[in-house]
Parts: sequence; C-alpha cells; structure tokens
Amino acid sequence: MAEIVIRNLRKEFGDFTAVQSSSFKIEDGEFFMLLGPSGCGKTTTLRMIAGLELPTSGEIYIDGEEVGQKPASERDIAFVFQMFALYPHMNVRRNISYPLVSQGMAKAQVAAKVAEVSRILGIEDILDRPVGGLSGGDRQRVALGRAIVRDPKAFMMDEPLGALDAEFRERMAEELRALHDRMGATTVYVTHDQLEAMQMGDKIVVMNHGVIEQFGAPQDIYDKPATMFVADFIGSPSMNFLQFHGSVEAGARQVTLHHHEFEIPQMREPFDGDMVFGVRPEHVRLTDDAPYRAEVLATEYLGTTQIVTLRTRDGDIKARTPSDQTARVGETVGLEFNGATVSLFDNQSGRALRSDLNEGVLSHG
Amino acid sequence: MGDVALREVTKTFGKTVALSAVSLDIPDGAFVVLLGPTGAGKTTTLRLISGLDRPDSGDIRIAGRSVLDETPAQRNVAMVFQQYSLYPHLTVRDNLAFPLRSPILKTPEDAVARKVKEVAEVLHISHKLDNKATALSGGEMQRVSIGRALVRRPEIYLMDEPLSSLDAKLRADLRIELKRIQADLGATLLYVTHDQIEAMTMATHVGVLDEGRLVQFGPPREIYENPVSLYVAGRLGLPRINALPATLFAGAPSGAATIGLRPEHIQQGEGSPSRVVRVEHLGDQTRLHLDLEGHDLITLTDVHTDLEPGDTVAIQPRNPLYFDASGARIV
Repeated sequence: MAEIVIRNLRKEFGDFTAVQSSSFKIEDGEFFMLLGPSGCGKTTTLRMIAGLELPTSGEIYIDGEEVGQKPASERDIAFVFQMFALYPHMNVRRNISYPLVSQGMAKAQVAAKVAEVSRILGIEDILDRPVGGLSGGDRQRVALGRAIVRDPKAFMMDEPLGALDAEFRERMAEELRALHDRMGATTVYVTHDQLEAMQMGDKIVVMNHGVIEQFGAPQDIYDKPATMFVADFIGSPSMNFLQFHGSVEAGARQVTLHHHEFEIPQMREPFDGDMVFGVRPEHVRLTDDAPYRAEVLATEYLGTTQIVTLRTRDGDIKARTPSDQTARVGETVGLEFNGATVSLFDNQSGRALRSDLNEGVLSHG
Repeated sequence: MGDVALREVTKTFGKTVALSAVSLDIPDGAFVVLLGPTGAGKTTTLRLISGLDRPDSGDIRIAGRSVLDETPAQRNVAMVFQQYSLYPHLTVRDNLAFPLRSPILKTPEDAVARKVKEVAEVLHISHKLDNKATALSGGEMQRVSIGRALVRRPEIYLMDEPLSSLDAKLRADLRIELKRIQADLGATLLYVTHDQIEAMTMATHVGVLDEGRLVQFGPPREIYENPVSLYVAGRLGLPRINALPATLFAGAPSGAATIGLRPEHIQQGEGSPSRVVRVEHLGDQTRLHLDLEGHDLITLTDVHTDLEPGDTVAIQPRNPLYFDASGARIV
C-alpha cells in the first residue's frame, strides 16, 4: 500500500489553469477526499495522481518515488470512474478477472483471486450472470471488484456514487467505507457532495478555482473553516454570515456588531474594516429575552430537530433547534450565539481571522 | 383552489397493481406530500388526478364534482414534472406566458405581462426573462417550469419530484420558496417525492405509500412520532430507525418481534455493552456505528466525542417503538 505526497502540483490547459499549486500528503491507508464544486480542479488532481494527465509542473511521490511524468501503467493504481464501464458481452466473473488475465496470470491463481474479491464484495451468487441485467448497486460492486482484484497500491475514485439515487448512495457509501476498513488500501476519492466527504473521509482537501482552500480532518474543517468558501461549502444548512464594519484587537473576547456585543473566541490578530461574523445553525439559540431580535420567516420540521429561518437587520440566519421548541412564522424572537464556536472573516479576502478556536488549524499566518 | 378526494381508487397495468383501493382527502389549501420508494404508486396517483390515466375503479372528485369523465384540460389542474420540458425556441417570458395564452383561457395581454412579472420575481428569474430557455442552467430551467404552473390558478398543483435534479443548495432554497408560495397563494398542492427531507419540511400532510396502498396519512410530526408500522417508521428519520429483535432488551410487550430505536430512543451510559465500530463526524452531528451482540445499529453522540472504534458503550432503550412479526406497531 502507499503513501502519496503532492508537491507544488500545477496543471494548465492552454490559458486555463486547472490546478494552481497544490501540496498535500496522503498517509498510507487513508481514505482521502478531494472535495469542491465542479471546475475546482479536483478531478484534474486525481487524474494527475493516477497518471491520466501529466502535470505542467510539480511532483507526485508514491511511496517515496517521484512518478509525476510516468505513464499510468507504471504507477500501479486502480481507477474507478463515475460511469462504471463494464464489458457488456462478458459475465461478472470475466469482467472481474479481465485485468488479471490480461496480465497473463495463471488460471488457478485468477480463480482464487476472483473468489476472494467476490466474497469481500458479497457478489458470489451473481458471478455467472451477464452484467446487462444487474442492478445499479451490483454493477458498481462489479466495477469495484475489477479495481480491487489487482491489489494495486492505491485506489482513485471519481464520484463513483454520483449516478445513484440518494437512499442507495447512502448505503453504498457505508459499504465502500466498510470495505476500505477491511482492506486498508490508500484511497483518493473525488466528490462534490460535502456530506459524502464528511461521512467517508479520514482527511479532506477542499478545492475552489484550482486552489486548495483547506486541508484537514472533517470535524476540524467543519468547526474551524479557513475561509468563507469552506464555511459555506461544508455543512447543511451552511454557516450563517452576518456582515458588519468594525474592529477587533488581538486578545479581544468580544466583538460589537451594530451596537450589540457578542462573545467570540479570543482573537490572535487585530483587524479593522469589513468583517463577517460566522456562526453555524446549531449554535444559534432562540430565547425570548435576548436583545438581538429577529423575525421568524420559516420553520422546517426534520424529526428531532427543525431549521428555523430568521430575518435579522444584518441578514437572514438559519438556526437548528430542537423540534419541540415552538417558533411561529411572523413572530419576533431574541437570538443568542454560542461564542466559543464563532469564526470572524475578513470580508474582502474571505480568510478566517486567527483566534483561540482555529489557531492550530489555519496554515496562513 | 379546491379540495381533491380519491375514493377507493384502483389502477392496474397488466398484472401489476399500481394503486389498490386508495382513499385520500386533500383539503383545500393543503400541501400534501406522497412519500414512498420507486414503484409505490406515487406518480400513478398524480397521473390519475390529472387525467393522464383513468382508474380501473373508484372515484376522483375535485372541488366536489366527479372528474372521471373530464379531459385533463377540463379538470383545471397544473402539473410540474421531474424532467423540465420547456419550449427551447421561446424565451423565458414566452415559456411562462404560454399557458395563459391558451385558447381556453384567453387572458388579455396586459394581464399576461403582469402575471409573468409576478411569478418571475417570486422565482428569482426576472433578470433572465429575455433569455432563450436553452441558455439557462438546470436550476433556472426547473424554476421556469415551476413558474409555468404558477402563472395559472388551477384547482390543484400536481408536482412530480420537481426538485430532484437540482443540487443540494438550490434544493434547500426552493423548498422554502415553494412552501412560502403555496402558503401565500393558499394553493392546494399534491407533491410526490422519495426525499424524506422534502416531505418533512414542506408538507402539511404526508401520505406514505407502500406497493400501491396508502398506509398512513397525517401531519409529518405524527408520521415521525407515531408510525403505524415499521415500514412507515423507516421512511422518515436520519439516521434511519434501527430495527432489532425485541428480545435483545428486557421490557418488550407480548407479541413484539421487533424493537424500533431512533437515535433519541437510545440512552447511552447504562444497559447492554455495545462495541463502537465507527465514529462518523458529519460536522453538526456525530454518528456512532455500534455492534450489539452481532447486530448493527447507528445512533448519535456528542459532536466532539472521544469515542473510538473498539471502545465499549452501554446502551438501553428509552421510549422505543415496538412492532409485531408482520411489522405492525404495538402501542
């Protein structure tokens, strides 16, 4: 299995720069997510690691060996695509064994390998079926089987669940993660679905416009976003942003937002100018007596919790509250924020200001 | 706007029973969501009400009159499909105006213009009115196709998974928009989806369909808290309700075969030891995958929990749901 190190990786397509200058490290055995909206460079990054695209500059190390300019066939990596292409004229067994047969592996060995892989994937009973009549899930399992059977150093997966419907996707995501836990193979996985990334990933790289916005463990990225882009992209509903003009000193524990004082994590840098006060919906509390007032615009029941949309004089806010707390559309309530979780951003650049909360996580200084 | 009623409606396609003796009352001004997996009969219900299909037996009444002998146009319903079908050669404005210019309605042009402007504002597409329909993003196209229904004042709006092809953020925005529009207009709306979040957040009433039968009908909260069966309990709630053998815990009532545990029904700290298999940090919530005597279950825990795979957590039920061997709820 493999450790993958990316250093100053860049890719240009003519005038267009798909990936600016990426550096990150994928530990051996990690389930690693490349996350971002379409066009952010995540698939290009994956294809460069796999050797399907050659970088314009920068290095890719697999287990210490620089492979950036080597062809895919010399990298020992298996690729699983969004549109899983199976050989339609072959049955499941022949689809899975194909990569081994084409390598010239002995028949008995191929049979043993296919048996092992189909057991891992739970598809032993469909081995002799043609792939044409299979359900979406079974087709995906066969595609995975064809990747696993070679025992590659690492797996590259490009939105392998993208084409499946929501309920089934959830199940396949769990299956895929459980499979990874059993096999322990380094996996690099591209998705635009933040929930999928949070759910399955050990580490996440969040990309936007060819630039890495943040790199870290899912919960850290959620709690301590490095930029407004990350804060907005991760989480559903996403982080609330209240824009204001003001200043904070290094060491400050409070900020004044349109004449209201709010607690914040202790600041590590001063700032003066246009700022954004960022708070997650679950850290907004509705109380009768808080002086910061808001009008309830909508409530959305979700079982144990509900999402309440509120209008403040500084913009709309969403709160996640217990569903037994009543909130009536049209009424005015007071809002409190859990100060320990608040992020402040520079409104112009979008970067998070350094504080007690995020100091250990932010790379910029 | 009107109320719509189905009485003992049955529809078969060859040997397949799509709907089986379904009775359903959609009150005037209600937002009814039909929920169920593929093949449960959701879309068939819409097509029968709209007049695109005829029931084998039973009656369909709109605003008190039986409509079985009426054409779709006579029934005065507006339908929005999952696949938006806009006229590609027309602008957004003309696409929106199209239903109003129908020879049956004969709307004066100034009224058409006013209506189109109003609906475009509601759907935030005013700035695209002069674009060709083909020059829009997927989300914009779907808003136009919803808009084309909204320009009319039918007895009922029928919508078939109109948001399912949109991305998550836009879907969340349009959920609130649609709910607001419906409430503002006092419109009667029947909406079909397999997305439980749409059902819970928008509906005044949820109807749960299972293989052509309407198995429960009521407000979302009632369906969630008081499901009549294990099947219904599994339709709402994330993470999904855990269904385990009732004998795993003491205190099951007689006849109980299955104990149903939603995350809020699992108390941590006391009871049977379970092994942590996986800790899933989703940001606003952290899911614990547990193994209890060989049975998988998923619950929620403190967002910043220290628990790791291999740890032991004691759990016990708290006000769980019980079901008999057929899956029916035991109260």
